Amino acid sequence: MNFPNKIALLLLGLGAVLLQPALAEKGEALYGQHCAACHGYDGMGGVGVPLALPDFQYSVTDQYLKLTIRHGRPGRVMPAFKSLNEKQLNALVKYIRHWAPGRSFKYPKTPVKGDVKHGAKLYQQRCASCHGVNGEGGTGTGVTFSRPRELPIVAPALNNRSFLSSATDQFIKASLMNGREGTPMTSFLKQGLKEQDINDLVVFVRSFEKRSSTLRQTTTTKEPASISFESPYDFEATIQGVKAAIIGKNFRLIREQVLEDGLVEKGKENKKQYIIYFCNFSLLNKALAIDPRVGLFLPCRITIVEQQGKVMVHAINPKRLARLFNNSDLYKLCDEMSDIYLEIIEEATL
Amino acid sequence: LNIKYRHILLIASLWLGLLAAAEAEELLMVRVQMGFPETMLKLQLTLKEQGYQLSRVQRVDIGLVKFGYKTDKYRVVFFGKAEEIKRLSHDHPELIPYLPYKVAIFAEADDTLVVTANPVLLFPDAPADLKATLESLNRDLHTVFEKLREN
Repeated sequence: MNFPNKIALLLLGLGAVLLQPALAEKGEALYGQHCAACHGYDGMGGVGVPLALPDFQYSVTDQYLKLTIRHGRPGRVMPAFKSLNEKQLNALVKYIRHWAPGRSFKYPKTPVKGDVKHGAKLYQQRCASCHGVNGEGGTGTGVTFSRPRELPIVAPALNNRSFLSSATDQFIKASLMNGREGTPMTSFLKQGLKEQDINDLVVFVRSFEKRSSTLRQTTTTKEPASISFESPYDFEATIQGVKAAIIGKNFRLIREQVLEDGLVEKGKENKKQYIIYFCNFSLLNKALAIDPRVGLFLPCRITIVEQQGKVMVHAINPKRLARLFNNSDLYKLCDEMSDIYLEIIEEATL
Repeated sequence: LNIKYRHILLIASLWLGLLAAAEAEELLMVRVQMGFPETMLKLQLTLKEQGYQLSRVQRVDIGLVKFGYKTDKYRVVFFGKAEEIKRLSHDHPELIPYLPYKVAIFAEADDTLVVTANPVLLFPDAPADLKATLESLNRDLHTVFEKLREN
């Protein structure tokens, strides 16, 4: 074997050895690393749905779980774990199954046949109040931040393309027939519907696939992470201009400091990097109610910097940050916040 | 490049790509099975162990109880390394709105959730010098979160 081939072989072997621990990771460790933050270590939910509920376990297939982990739910908080390999997915599913062992099963792949028009009528009567008129699901993330919950889970978005590709017709039918104990989803058979009515509902839910216009916008892409403008005014005048513009937008100034505050000795900070924090409590509450994790980018902040004779005004770009949370309910609010930042900065630098 | 060595580069870059892909979550999040005060203390200690200095702790909770929350335990912890923050703010002004670094921490029932953004994915087009700093920060954040999770 020649020298380059020996090196290539060595690299292949080395790579396999390096990745071996990752491949051999146990389901419990993977669950702790990727899932517990949202679904809880005990599987009883929180940000995510309660995976340990027996009725959930008894109605979902391993394949449904794997596809859901792999593709997530675009715009519905659950991220896609594309980097997990098949072995890791299997280990994860096996661990999730430990809450209700011995009940793994498969649904037949036979499509359900029914009357879509009748299904649509039944859907509006029986399902729309929780799952939304267009199958868009309940509002909110399930992240409660210790806020009293009205429901143990947020109703899933039935029009979500990832849900529809993970759930077979027979799976949806079984959920409708049996309901989910421990959640507001009750058995439609017990509510008096006949099997054919349920078939009609399944066909209607499946029809969301063909109406892509009803699907929510998923993420904003290619947005820069920051909004930056050059100010024609000097440093002090720009600070005053930004403060006036903030107040003009009905925000309250809550703190001013230099960027290096607390990091370098008092008096030795760069005084030409000045942060203004501000807040509108109604907007703050609105954002936290949708997804408390957005507190990471709160309170609102604008930074004014003088460097090499230029005065710049910088802010985060909420449009870019919205995608971090994979929560379509946040997109509108983030668009609104981006506009507010732009208007404040434009007003201060015009 | 000599054709003999091209397949070596190909295999090496394949492994590097696979290793990088394993870290591709935009939001880093950990659930700590401890109350808020204990988690806050551990978070601050762990950040210091990783060589970071705490800048300050910001409350994001004013009026929350009035809005129907059971608790007001929500803070944002700002931290950094003085020299690194100085260098980044000078060389990469687009980062300024994100400096110092920060982590959000809030109570959820008996647990505490800790959240931050993956710095590497927040700036995917960062030039090489910045990328190295962001990768190092990302590794540190993973270490901190892992220590919190191990509890």
